[in-house]
Amino acid sequence: MFDVRPVDTDYVRHRAAQFRAQVERRLDGSLTEDEFRPLRLMNGVYLQLHAYMLRIAIPYGTISPDQMRMLAHLAETYDKGYGHWTTRQNIQFNWPKLVEIPDMLDKLASVGMHAIQTSGNTIRNVTTDAFAGAAADEYMDPRPYAELLRSWSTDHAEFQFLPRKFKIAISGAQRDRALVAAHDIGLRLIQKDGQTGFEVWVGGGLGRTPLLGKVIRDFLPEGDLLAYIEAIISTYNLSGRRDNKYKARIKITVHERGLDVFKAEVEEEFQNRRRDFQGADREALAIFRDRFAAPAFRNGPTDGYEAERARNGAFRSWTDTNLHAHKIDGYASVIVTFKTHGETPGDASADQMRLLADLAEQYGHDDLRISHDQNVVLPHVHKSDLPAVYAALQQAGLAVANAGLTSDIIACPGMDYCTLATARSIPIAQEIATHFKDAGLEDEIGKLNIRISGCINACGHHHLGHIGILGLDRAGVENYQITLGGDGYDIPAIGERAGAGFPYDQVVPAIDRLLRAYLEVRADASERFIDAYRRLGPAPFKAALYPQPADA
Amino acid sequence: MSKAFVPTAAKPGVITANDLREGHNVWMCEDGWTADPAQATLFEDEAIADLALLKAVGQSNIVVGPYLVEARRGPNGPEPTHFREAFRQRGPSNYFHGIQTLKQAKQSEASNV
Repeated sequence: MFDVRPVDTDYVRHRAAQFRAQVERRLDGSLTEDEFRPLRLMNGVYLQLHAYMLRIAIPYGTISPDQMRMLAHLAETYDKGYGHWTTRQNIQFNWPKLVEIPDMLDKLASVGMHAIQTSGNTIRNVTTDAFAGAAADEYMDPRPYAELLRSWSTDHAEFQFLPRKFKIAISGAQRDRALVAAHDIGLRLIQKDGQTGFEVWVGGGLGRTPLLGKVIRDFLPEGDLLAYIEAIISTYNLSGRRDNKYKARIKITVHERGLDVFKAEVEEEFQNRRRDFQGADREALAIFRDRFAAPAFRNGPTDGYEAERARNGAFRSWTDTNLHAHKIDGYASVIVTFKTHGETPGDASADQMRLLADLAEQYGHDDLRISHDQNVVLPHVHKSDLPAVYAALQQAGLAVANAGLTSDIIACPGMDYCTLATARSIPIAQEIATHFKDAGLEDEIGKLNIRISGCINACGHHHLGHIGILGLDRAGVENYQITLGGDGYDIPAIGERAGAGFPYDQVVPAIDRLLRAYLEVRADASERFIDAYRRLGPAPFKAALYPQPADA
Repeated sequence: MSKAFVPTAAKPGVITANDLREGHNVWMCEDGWTADPAQATLFEDEAIADLALLKAVGQSNIVVGPYLVEARRGPNGPEPTHFREAFRQRGPSNYFHGIQTLKQAKQSEASNV
């Protein structure tokens, strides 16, 4: 039976108790804000634009029904009835009171959850494919390795004060859905000469200096994973820049020093570190493999599913867009998009969370995933159960057939919540989604990744959007730059800026011109926006964004 | 917010921060701190504002991160000049949450009188 609960619950409880005492000392004046700030950040507590924000880790996006119900309880009891899925497979609560956060952490600890290392210059949540263990194109389930990395990196004494935050992603499928090239370290599980190992990427990242990672090791035998990762991070820990926050990520270290120099140091350190790993990691991995063993899939007829598809057009179109191919015949992974037109991307109400928990128990082998595109996945649903799942989702307003379409937008919280933001993201996403629905163009446009960030830190992954939108503050007014041609998946690419920015109220008209131009120039309906852009180059798209006056 | 703002009679300012215990936005007013930005004290003099900011920094058991920011004199009290402060004074645009709910409560209270 699948169980995501970490075995180190005592440690999590200890940390919650420790934070409670720290909050008490802050309130009674024993700790100044300067002293308290790093302590609260180590526990995922930020101070945002309107309130504190608590970011809770959902390791590699995997969450059990009882943990999901706990999030629903926290949303109702300590927040305003909802939570927000993040692009790193975590959840954020936007309105907790500092004085109540210790209670929240205690309750999270009771279900094996916490907010440790969701902030600060440490190794953050290890992310992976939301379809891990389910996808038809998967070589191997990456989650046992993700859990190995999680347990190794949690409270790793050497890596609590890195030059800057550090993000690791791991993918085990033919198609990379974990954005491996956009992480500080990216790992792709591969087979070579009958041996399992990793293609190791290093130095990718978005933010103010977007760079795709580079392959530092073509093939790392899987048994050397922790020693090699430790070698990379310890090398970075010493040579990464601490003089300038904006040059402190490993991508700058690799870029400035050169991959060859960096790699030589890593390989030398690897030989030293290798001696430290005497097999405890192998034993742990064996336990994790058991924990992530496949559920007891059932072998049943899918006639009811096919009949419902034939009968119900809305169901058919939902199954066309919101299912992902499963490795087991008769099964599918369900993408529950939190992108209903006009709603906030990634926001889930307590009732919706409870419904997902119920559906996972009733139809989904007790398994739920948070995806990096701010949706939720039921990874294992037998096709005969899909009509019932669809009906239940529909009642909760969660059965919109838009996965991978125009309205399936990634958007950071932007200036509606974030203290770093320079402009709003959420209402831009809401207006784009509503506009193309009302125009009746969403199905015709087909697969499209729109990504919106409210500042250059790029939490909304705008660089990886086929269409990226970056909100900036230009002389005290919101202004939005549009980038084109980014891709996080098949051919990783950083989008290129199309030209001058647009004021807030001109963004939707600009995207409208852009997508109507795409519909004009595409070869046929099967050519996606990104494919047409690659074939034709930016010129026709820039011309649509910046039309010349007729008399010019 | 990185540049230190210097208030003058032509370009006055307010002092704002977050409530330590609960996190909501507050503004310095005559008798302490208020969640109603219209009640904020408008500073027109650099020296007086600096002194008030020092006082605010000294109240770290009540507020977090106080800073001076430009505001203009409005018919009902100080008003924001930058959209960031306008959002802080209103709340998010996707939900009716935050300070805008306090304003509505105040208005309905006034209309019930």
